[in-house]
Amino acid sequence: MREISFSQAIVEATAEEMRRDPTVCVWGLDIGPYGGAFGCTRGLYEEFGPERVIDMPISELGYVGMGVGAAATGLRPVVELQFSDWITLPSDTLINQASKMRYMFGGVLSVPMVLRAPVGGYLAAAGQHSNSFESMFAHIPGLKVVLPSTPYDAKGLLKSAIRDNNTVLFFEHKKLYETKGPVPEEEYTIPIGKADIKRPGTDVTIVAYAFMVRKSLAAAEQLAQEGISVEVVDLRTVSPLDEEAILTSVKKTQRLVIVQETWRRCSVGAEVAAIVAEQALDYLDAPVVRVTAKDVPIPFSPVLENYVLPQEADIIAAVRRVLRA
Amino acid sequence: MEIPRETLVLMLELMLKIRHFELRVKDLFAAGEIPGFVHLYLGQEAVAAGVCATLNKDDYITSTHRGHGHIIAKGADVKYMMAELYGKATGYNKGKGGSQHIAWPGLGILGANGIVSGGIPIATGAAMSAKLRKSGQVAVAFFGDGASNEGAFHESLNLAAVFDLPVVYVCENNLYGVGTRQTRVRKVENVADRAAAYGMPGQTVDGNDVLAVYRAAREAVDRARAGAGPTLIECQTYRWRTHFEGEPDTYRPPEEVEAWMRREPIAPYRQYLIEQGILSTREAEEIEQHVIVQVNDAVEFARNSPFPAPETALEDLWA
Ligand SMILES: Cc1ncc(C[n+]2csc(CCOP(=O)(O)OP(=O)(O)O)c2C)c(N)n1
Ligand SMILES: [Mg+2]
Repeated sequence: MREISFSQAIVEATAEEMRRDPTVCVWGLDIGPYGGAFGCTRGLYEEFGPERVIDMPISELGYVGMGVGAAATGLRPVVELQFSDWITLPSDTLINQASKMRYMFGGVLSVPMVLRAPVGGYLAAAGQHSNSFESMFAHIPGLKVVLPSTPYDAKGLLKSAIRDNNTVLFFEHKKLYETKGPVPEEEYTIPIGKADIKRPGTDVTIVAYAFMVRKSLAAAEQLAQEGISVEVVDLRTVSPLDEEAILTSVKKTQRLVIVQETWRRCSVGAEVAAIVAEQALDYLDAPVVRVTAKDVPIPFSPVLENYVLPQEADIIAAVRRVLRA
Repeated sequence: MEIPRETLVLMLELMLKIRHFELRVKDLFAAGEIPGFVHLYLGQEAVAAGVCATLNKDDYITSTHRGHGHIIAKGADVKYMMAELYGKATGYNKGKGGSQHIAWPGLGILGANGIVSGGIPIATGAAMSAKLRKSGQVAVAFFGDGASNEGAFHESLNLAAVFDLPVVYVCENNLYGVGTRQTRVRKVENVADRAAAYGMPGQTVDGNDVLAVYRAAREAVDRARAGAGPTLIECQTYRWRTHFEGEPDTYRPPEEVEAWMRREPIAPYRQYLIEQGILSTREAEEIEQHVIVQVNDAVEFARNSPFPAPETALEDLWA
């Protein structure tokens, strides 16, 4: 099968959906002739023109809010934030408007908007360009939150997100954009809310998502050389969570390590641990171990950043710990 | 407007210091010595120098992602700046901030900022604080033409006008926000025209003419300090480099870049000072040599400084 990069997968998914559905449009900063800060809209302006690929002023509350209004009235906007860090600016329109409109209005309106935004660290980009805020948004009823880890998943999930009648936050890890993987030429979609076993195993379950899937797979590979069989479950979607996939794997391996790049407190990992505690405690042979960022803003200096963010060695140590217990 | 000799000389020195600092950062970044990413201020030196030459040490500034120039002009020591860019423990902010996040309250520097427009309300708040404390301080918010499309800009200007705050809004209009020519996404030609909507004076000046910048800033700062309220100053200028180092220049006509580089702010000003008899050629040369030595020393200091201990990542946080 041919291989394409994660960012090419995003471009392809968007272009295919724009060809399929004339109501799909794209807007954001520098997404027109410039092609997007990470190249995720390359060629769209040339193919679809300035009516459907619209460069915005630096007005995040304004243009994400416009996405909500346009989505409520017949368009399917795919709105890009240049970095997800300043999702804080349009947070009102996401948290108080988009997430609630269908419910609060008794089902008479819906907001089929996709907000795409790069997340993550490991780039010495410091405290305002390294964040992963998915836990905050997974907390909000009415928003779907997707974080793919491969080009294949990115393409299939973005196509589903664009077709979804709910608002979808689609977070893309910056360290993944250049990574390549097999993506078929033929059309396919991947359902939102379904996890995927990226590596089957029998001794320990690692639940991870986004860039941490790659780190977990690398750790699993190393551990395999010592005869430890790790199953890596890629959540792909953190809201809604695929509880069944988590529980099935944990019931099989009876040991759980959760790996996430973001902070520990009140996070996706905390939710996963709670679900397992509520529904599969009897199956566990060891306490759950979480590998997360330390609960501080992401510091600039690489020595500090590497200390704060999860490393492969931390994952390996965590797996050893649940096996020793 | 009579400008004191020391101020005239200071502005040349500040511009040269910014210029040589940035040229060095450009090379060091390309050589892989500086991690992360950097946004250079080359070409815009007259704005920071002209504005900060009107400020007292305890006046406040807020800065941007393109902040090195503002921070140098406000009096920062390039040694501690360079160490911060290197992520060293001896940097102004212990390596936690880097290029986009240098702050030093002792010089009134309330932070460069990675969030476009993030500093504008903070400068407005510092002005409110100065007013309520009756301290006589003034705050300056530096920001770009792109930032003037953020809600934070519009809300802040209204607030400052309503409360007659001692704040000066300095918009550096360099025509672009990243790769987008800002007149494509802004209907008014001049950012300064927006001042009228908030009931404050607005003025557009040649941002490559340090004397024009100084005069506009002097008037606005004096007005602010006297309790007469805020001003919006738009400085028309140009960044020589791409948005950040390493970005390909695909969006600016080369003739435009060349034309603006010919209009560079430092050489004509130096010439002016010499012609006016304010400086001799030799004195001007000495000033330049002096800042070059300072920048060289800063690089050595940064290189020889230790990285922070990893556990210091857990310090400086209360919750
Ligand atoms: C809220 C926010 N939106 C977008 C960005 C990404 N970004 C960083 S600098 C920049 C352009 C800013 O343009 P301008 O204000 O004109 O400043 P200049 O870079 O020209 O100095 C953009 C879009 C950001 N850092 N913060
Ligand atoms: Mg600009």
